[in-house]
Amino acid sequence: MVNNDLLVLHRYAGKLLLQKEVPFAVIPQNDFTKIPSIKRNLLYNQCQRCGNQKSSLFGVIPCASCSKTHLYCRNCVAMGRVMECESLYYYAGIAPDWTSYESPLTWNGELTPYQKEASHQLVQAIQESWKEFLIWAVCGAGKTEMLFQGIELGLKLGKRICIATPRADVVRELKPRIQQAFQDVPIQALYGGSEEKEGSSQIIIATTHQLLRFYKSFDIMIIDEIDAFPYHKDATLPFAVNRAKKTNSTTIYLTATPRKEHRLQIALKQLAHTYVPVRYHGKPLPVPQLKMSFSLKKELKWYNVPKAFLQWLRNRDNDKRQLLIFVPSILLAENIVSSLKKDSTIPFQVIDSVHSEDEQRMDKIEKFRRREIDLLVTTTILERGVTFPSVDVVVLDAGHSVFDEAALIQIAGRAGRSADDPTGEVIFLHDGKTDAMVKAIHSIKLMNKKGGFK
Amino acid sequence: MNCLWCDEEIMLEVSWTSLVNPTKPKQICESCEKGLVELKGSRCERCSRVSSSTICEDCQWWENYHHGKDVIDFNYSVFSYNHFIQEIIAKWKYRGDYELGFVFREAFADHFHEKFGNMTDVVAVPIPLSKDRLEERCFNQATMLASFLPVPTVEVLSRVHGEKQSKKKRRERISSKNPFILSQKLNKAVLLVDDIYTTGTTLRHAASVLKEAGCPKVYTYTLIRG
Repeated sequence: MVNNDLLVLHRYAGKLLLQKEVPFAVIPQNDFTKIPSIKRNLLYNQCQRCGNQKSSLFGVIPCASCSKTHLYCRNCVAMGRVMECESLYYYAGIAPDWTSYESPLTWNGELTPYQKEASHQLVQAIQESWKEFLIWAVCGAGKTEMLFQGIELGLKLGKRICIATPRADVVRELKPRIQQAFQDVPIQALYGGSEEKEGSSQIIIATTHQLLRFYKSFDIMIIDEIDAFPYHKDATLPFAVNRAKKTNSTTIYLTATPRKEHRLQIALKQLAHTYVPVRYHGKPLPVPQLKMSFSLKKELKWYNVPKAFLQWLRNRDNDKRQLLIFVPSILLAENIVSSLKKDSTIPFQVIDSVHSEDEQRMDKIEKFRRREIDLLVTTTILERGVTFPSVDVVVLDAGHSVFDEAALIQIAGRAGRSADDPTGEVIFLHDGKTDAMVKAIHSIKLMNKKGGFK
Repeated sequence: MNCLWCDEEIMLEVSWTSLVNPTKPKQICESCEKGLVELKGSRCERCSRVSSSTICEDCQWWENYHHGKDVIDFNYSVFSYNHFIQEIIAKWKYRGDYELGFVFREAFADHFHEKFGNMTDVVAVPIPLSKDRLEERCFNQATMLASFLPVPTVEVLSRVHGEKQSKKKRRERISSKNPFILSQKLNKAVLLVDDIYTTGTTLRHAASVLKEAGCPKVYTYTLIRG
């Protein structure tokens, strides 16, 4: 096969394409198989690209191109409209080969004994093509490094690898780290609005959303932060991940806070797993402190800075640390920042907020990392997958329903991540303990105990 | 009913009033609706932009350009342009989420009654898409808007394929060639319908074709004043 053809095939084989995306000019039409785009069932319809079945997410359009009135999918319309009058296509010709690398790993760091153990098992899982394998590692255990040897083996065997995660921020954070470890392997990062869009490389790092474009493409599927929102809420995403895998593939789950279904599977010994109970720097996880404040709801209603917070701020252990404040809503994030700025007793120079609808979101996160922002107020978007060297963490209104057990454990895991400052304070400010808070603290203590700390 | 924008379920409050006199079901939830800002206060009588003068500078320029008599009698718009409405329009028009257009149905019809309600014998003419563009999008957003109005819609204009207006700069837009062709003469007042009035060039191109063919009055009704 000519090299050029291989490039085209790498781009289109293993994708699920809309009619207008099919490259009929370069690949013979016979090599593509058509499937209906929207399946009508007795009780519901289903979009065959995103799996959507919700009736409010189907639209009816008087189509000017086929002159009929028919369905289209509103759920995945942002990735190009799926119309009932057009089929979906996938490549069914001879599958293109991927490169078998001799020694692709350019990383020469050292793994801790715990990391080594997990890494070793991962290699075994890939070598023996297990169906599923879960790595349960506490926040800050160094999950990414544990993956390197497994990925290396996959590349040696000429396999195609996907690292998927529900969060775009995590994709952006992972890309340079993986690329650094495999300098000669082409890697593309795909997320909504990413510069690279082709999805033609052997290693793909993508949001689970982007996998809607793939079809039986990957030999190894690594899903980072499997328990993160929106993966466990949005049925579309597991649907997409499943379809993106080849029939014989290995799926690796990574999580610090497995949800019930996985914990149950582990308990029933249906899911092979390994447990990494210690952070890479060998220090225990910071245990959150609960702070009760009766006036909290009232203060937050008027976007005032809670008194209990100010009181804690005055007596903080280490006032050199940056501060990360989690709040339950975007509105609160924006408004509390202006109150914080007005308060002259607060010893921070630069105060800002960030949330999912913030256009400068990436920029601000980067600035916080470079310590150009001292205090950052955030919604749950920064709860996981991001590393800041030295922060204290406060959750305002920890009793709010967005802060479930997993979220609180993850949030607590933002503190004390670097070896230079392996501790940090975590404060849950609340006006009444919730189950989630109690369970989160219990779990963190349990994890520390398993790691050999008292 | 779920909100067309955020897909949250819209809960209707049940009270004696709503039981006796049911309100129309909403297409968009209250919190999303807050993002849509209706134009208010003193506006230019010609183009509906918020302005302290009766005829704004742009419109005076247009009047000069057309030698003392502007080709449109006036434009009226419902919403002001902001980030939120821009997102809705992008998803509706460019991504092709047809149903989103129904978000505007009520407001577009209500404002029609307010501003054009007393006009009799007027027809709505939607600004057309070129054939290629229509094939690509599968619907014309202006035709959809016109269908919300209680007056007959006649599609008498057609458009030659050209570059998207939204990709051009202001100067390029104003000096662009007239892309419209009229297929049938109309001897009554016409209401040109489009989604957005930005520089007013497109609408004036269409209006001038109509006026040249003897149309007595041309008003333009647009969803947004950009």
